[in-house]
Amino acid sequence: MMDLVIRGGHLLDPAAGVDGMKDILLKDGRVAEIASPGKLRHGEGAQSLDATGLTVTPGLIDMHVHLREPGQAYKETIATGTAAAAAGGFTSVAAMPNTSPVNDSTETTRWMQAPERGAAIRVFPIAAATRGSKGESINDYAALRAAGAVAVSDDGLPILKDNVMREVLAAAARAGLTVIQHAEDTRLTQGASMNLGPMSFKLGLRGMPPEAESGLVERDIRLVTELRDTPAHLHVAHTSTAAALAAVRQARRSGLRVTCEVAPHHFLLTDEHVGLYNTHAKMCPPLRSAADRDAMIEGILDGVVDAIATDHAPHATHEKEVEFEHAPNGITGLDTALGLSLYWFHKEWRLPLGRVLSLLSAQPAALLGLKGRGTLAVGSFADVLVFDPKAEWTYRATDTKSKSRNTPFDGWAMLGKVRWTISEGRIAFGAAAD
Amino acid sequence: MLRCRLRMNPVSTTVRRPRLTPPVPVSAFPYNPGSLLSVLDLSVESVSRILGRATELEREDPQVRSRILAKRRIALLFYESSTRTRTSFELAAKGLGADTTLVSSLSSSIEKGESLKDTGLTLRALGAETIILRHNSSGAAWLLEAETRLPVLNAGDGMHEHPTQALLDLRTLLAHLRPGVETVTADTLAGVTLTIVGDILHSRVARSNMLLLPRLGARVLLCGPKELLPELAAQAGPGVFVERDFEAALRQSQAVMMLRIQAERLAGLQLDLNDYKASYQLSGQRLAAHAPTAVVLHPGPIIRGLEVTAGVADGAQSAILEQVHNGVAIRMAVVERALKATENGGRA
Repeated sequence: MMDLVIRGGHLLDPAAGVDGMKDILLKDGRVAEIASPGKLRHGEGAQSLDATGLTVTPGLIDMHVHLREPGQAYKETIATGTAAAAAGGFTSVAAMPNTSPVNDSTETTRWMQAPERGAAIRVFPIAAATRGSKGESINDYAALRAAGAVAVSDDGLPILKDNVMREVLAAAARAGLTVIQHAEDTRLTQGASMNLGPMSFKLGLRGMPPEAESGLVERDIRLVTELRDTPAHLHVAHTSTAAALAAVRQARRSGLRVTCEVAPHHFLLTDEHVGLYNTHAKMCPPLRSAADRDAMIEGILDGVVDAIATDHAPHATHEKEVEFEHAPNGITGLDTALGLSLYWFHKEWRLPLGRVLSLLSAQPAALLGLKGRGTLAVGSFADVLVFDPKAEWTYRATDTKSKSRNTPFDGWAMLGKVRWTISEGRIAFGAAAD
Repeated sequence: MLRCRLRMNPVSTTVRRPRLTPPVPVSAFPYNPGSLLSVLDLSVESVSRILGRATELEREDPQVRSRILAKRRIALLFYESSTRTRTSFELAAKGLGADTTLVSSLSSSIEKGESLKDTGLTLRALGAETIILRHNSSGAAWLLEAETRLPVLNAGDGMHEHPTQALLDLRTLLAHLRPGVETVTADTLAGVTLTIVGDILHSRVARSNMLLLPRLGARVLLCGPKELLPELAAQAGPGVFVERDFEAALRQSQAVMMLRIQAERLAGLQLDLNDYKASYQLSGQRLAAHAPTAVVLHPGPIIRGLEVTAGVADGAQSAILEQVHNGVAIRMAVVERALKATENGGRA
């Protein structure tokens, strides 16, 4: 691997407290040296990247993606999903286990990380919390962690039984893993395909009440409270309702280890965006009311939200060209997360650039315990995003490197253009120079 | 141990309000000008034109009428069973001279798993110029139109809409409450209250009526138990209100529309039918006591002895069979519009 020197850029590394003009040397997959412009002591013979006018920051980390392998390669493969991720500025993704078969074994966990998969960036498997994600019997977390799993979750399916969820939290705590819960009380969402509200009534679609999410989050928080003498850590996936976020906020004030993520579609869109049965506005949890959407924005601004995660969920075109209630849940997100987050949170709502980037890098790294990532301190992994924070552009779904194009953000304005994405010292994505 | 490294953000108590809200959705849809997917597609003038044309076509010499759409091809695509809607669309199309073909989910490749998109494209390839669709999924008509670009007539989509039913209900109401009126404006039904009773939640007929009639000046009261009538139904549009007390609603009404409990859509919901009848059945006694002159409507099928007694269904105030009869005239006008609007290059 060739050494890389990134010269002339503005280094913004919130976790390390660096915000200034720096040159940076990447060697053997690690950050080797950081110095004022022109002052690097090493790096002769290294490939040089000119980052003049650009921002250099830790590579982004998406803690919630669906890469569809094994089993559903027609939607996405680990190679195509990570190529899309690299183009979107990501250097690490955490892949949910709702594959076919479900990733509930060390074999599948290792298979997903094998070089043969052709990943452009680092893939961290999230293993199933229960066998087959059936919510009944608990997997061997120590073995899964040893095989590379960074968290456990039955994402897409909630763990409904109190005794099973309690044991999942306790066992994961013993193994040093975070439990990520897809909070949906499916007893309240049978046959439903969007948020319950005036819009679902008008469209004649069965609705999912907000309580289906918040009720389960509250139940999970009660279980964490019972386990407060252990290191149990509950992370609420794709939070979408004001009530669930309020429960997380309350838990945090009580000092519990409860964290949460929000997806860009939940801080930007509402159930009105379903429009006339747009299946690209169908996901689970669904787009909610304007009050819920506003609560997600406030949660990110006030810091109770720990991470922005995409819930990247590719589906083939023919799967979305069906009756709304029969369409699968989910939209892609890796292409648009950075551009949307910067456009709205930084440009429109004035959240400092470093705060936005932390939500997409340092904070998810901490949540998943990814050592040496989410920062560019010397010795860290050479996971680097070099981007133009001032460039505005328009997203076109046809330009994606993902296999799928199921996004509601086609044609939306983006802020921040990726120039290079470097994964452990290798250039995983390089935009054509203008 | 390990979890100590987890640093959590301090949660501040002050919340900064966003300066802007993200873009509102784009709702424009490239309808085929001949399509009728929702009553919201129709301006009041279009409604008036359809009513007027229905009357003209009904009065027309059948020989002359049968030349209007001679040999044009119309497909009826039915994913749900239907007596009134299917037959009246078919009679309407044939009355205008069109050739019709019926594809129903139980005797076609739909049973083999063919998608709605592929079924629609197949019908188009066979020469269908318009598709009349009855489907059990809300929104199916939009999908079919988007994929085929043909004029699509929504003959009922799931729990969503049934626009031709609302138009024939309007024609029936006008005959009783505004006799001799041939055209409608935004205040034609001013002062009229219609109560819709029963399974509102699952009813496409209720939705189309509550979205159409207030635009002509009527007030629509919705009446039923919470399980079948959520409170948020009152937010469906202007002029729509919830009144749980059936008798109080009847006393305000010039028209009352009874709905069948849609057992096929209850999805596990349990109802005590004796309680239901005690509160919401339209009996002769209730009608005589609280709305002795109101016109009684029902989109059918009727379950006699449940939502209405046999005496009311067959009684002097019942306009149920007039509704069925009006279906043919309204559907002639709508089918003609489907094919002629496209030819005229604009919306009829």
